Amino acid sequence: MARIDKETTSDIVAQYGGKAEMLVQILQSIVMRYGWIPEDTIRQLAEELNLSRADVHGVVEYYHDFRTHEPGKHIVKICQAEACQAMGSRELTNHAEKILAMSLHDTENDITLEPVYCLGNCACSPAVMVNGKTYGRVDEKRFNDLLDGMRGND
Amino acid sequence: MARTKIFVPRETAAVSVGADDVALAIARTAKQTGTDIELIRNGSWGASWLEPLLEVEVDGARIAYGNVTADDVAGLFNAGLISGGEHERRLGPVSEIPWLINQDRWTFWRCGLVDPLSVDDFERHQGFKALSKAFADGRDAVLDAVNDSGLRGRGGAGFPTGIKWRTVANTSAGQKYIACNADEGDSGTFSDRLLMEGDPMGLIESMAIAGFAVGASIGYIYLRSEYPLTHSILSRAIASARDAGWLGSNIKDSGFDFDIELHLGAGSYVCGEETAMLESLEGKKGIVRYKPPLPAHEGLFGKPTVVNNVVTLASVANIINLGGERYAGMGVNRSKGTLAFQLAGNIKRGGLVEKAFGVTLRELIEDWGGGTASGRPVKAVQVGGPLGAYIPAEQLDTPMDYEAFVNIGAMIGHGGIVIFDDTADMAQLARFAMEFCAIESCGKCTPCRIGSTRGVEVIDKMISGREREKNYDLLLELCDTMEGASLCAMGGMTPYPVRSVLKYFAEDFASSKEANA
Repeated sequence: MARIDKETTSDIVAQYGGKAEMLVQILQSIVMRYGWIPEDTIRQLAEELNLSRADVHGVVEYYHDFRTHEPGKHIVKICQAEACQAMGSRELTNHAEKILAMSLHDTENDITLEPVYCLGNCACSPAVMVNGKTYGRVDEKRFNDLLDGMRGND
Repeated sequence: MARTKIFVPRETAAVSVGADDVALAIARTAKQTGTDIELIRNGSWGASWLEPLLEVEVDGARIAYGNVTADDVAGLFNAGLISGGEHERRLGPVSEIPWLINQDRWTFWRCGLVDPLSVDDFERHQGFKALSKAFADGRDAVLDAVNDSGLRGRGGAGFPTGIKWRTVANTSAGQKYIACNADEGDSGTFSDRLLMEGDPMGLIESMAIAGFAVGASIGYIYLRSEYPLTHSILSRAIASARDAGWLGSNIKDSGFDFDIELHLGAGSYVCGEETAMLESLEGKKGIVRYKPPLPAHEGLFGKPTVVNNVVTLASVANIINLGGERYAGMGVNRSKGTLAFQLAGNIKRGGLVEKAFGVTLRELIEDWGGGTASGRPVKAVQVGGPLGAYIPAEQLDTPMDYEAFVNIGAMIGHGGIVIFDDTADMAQLARFAMEFCAIESCGKCTPCRIGSTRGVEVIDKMISGREREKNYDLLLELCDTMEGASLCAMGGMTPYPVRSVLKYFAEDFASSKEANA
């Protein structure tokens, strides 16, 4: 993924009226487009929103969505919550870690693998999110197909 | 010949199992065969087990076809889909499917029925009728109706909505807010999502009614970021309602101003706690506030705020239309009206079942759910999300009633019901409860922040067989401390699932798979 530049950061701040109370929305909008929040963006946001750097840091650190490292081109999230566990999400996670040769929270070969705690698709569990799209009734074969489809779009 | 209407849900569960592909295949096949159709992306009826569920309108009746895949579409057209033709996927008229028609749909009646993005369709189905009635009857009549209905907060805490609204209405602040909690983080729950995707205007209307009743001109919806499709549908619905003059200043010449801002969460479970949500809405870390002051007195930006869950708010429109007494006439004891139960996890027929309180867990799991998906016996049922107790199979005859659940050490919460079969490793699930608390704790209070980590350690010792009895007692003691001394339900109720495992499934600590590995 690309890295946000100074000008775009200022544009996003302006879209939210330059209000400090919109910090979570501003960060979310950056993450949705760029995947992560670089250190110099934190500094810039603090300046433009008239907050201390510690304030912005605190908010970035607090929320799971706000990555401070650049993710892979593809983000794969596997639900770890109870309804998915009831349908084998632990086994599915093991399978994913095995075939991708990586652990949850890692980034390897353009893929970031993350846990997620509920996608609200609990009647069609286990659920997986690939690049922002939710998939249900995901068994090992379907998971492999999703990966193939994802790579096919490269 | 008139265009034939075909409905394919644009709803997360349906889309997650291929509804977009089905819609695309239908559009293509219709074009190739020169069939004149109107493709409507409705919400879901809530029968997730039948998704993707497509419907075709024939002579005013909507004929349903269940579990349709994109590969089925050509065959469906050949079988005369347009005239409701026979096919192995055909279920008959949607208005005759017992799973759906035996429910008590009060809040979710428009879900599946309407085009969620069409103001016209909404108005054709009684949309904005309740808001107009509220304008005509006045705010006291609205507050009385909500009070008479006995409606309690559907987010989990079950606080009487009428009292909360009256409290905010009675404050004299110049600015007040409605804050809709759409941070539906509990595993096993999806009713908020289903409503926002299937009937977003219903929520918008009810929020405006709340604003009118208490004197608030701004409403916020705090939506979790894990629901991207919901975000897209809801933001379009808000814009359409605004364009049609149902949001904004001087709504339909009533003299009442009200608008809605949609905010996204950022992956924090504890932001579903009302004061943490308010902090997050103010752009800060989602750290729980001390209470008092209550949000009804000092809420968002220090102003009086009604914080209500999506389903609570959305239940109000029909309470205004049909009267509070009618709602209170359903249910049992102090649990009035209906709840949207959500059948999830290892269940054959999962989805949303809106029923009056009093229905038993067994009826929901067996009659609606059809038992486990695996066909194996039910071992445990977690009701009310990750902070809810694991209920053993012997207690399935418990009626759904807030107080009856408290009596068995459990809670109904947001109505999520997660079913586990006899292969479930309850010791690991107890460990997960503590682990989840450690991951999601906001860190403000010690029992939650530290207690959860200690809890994981103690459970690991028990699983590995180290001083199991001594650690059993220590874990119970830790649960008491967390329950008694935590600031909010995160640390305060994590002990519920843990204690229930200790009480009913203690033998699993000896047989846990990790221990045997």
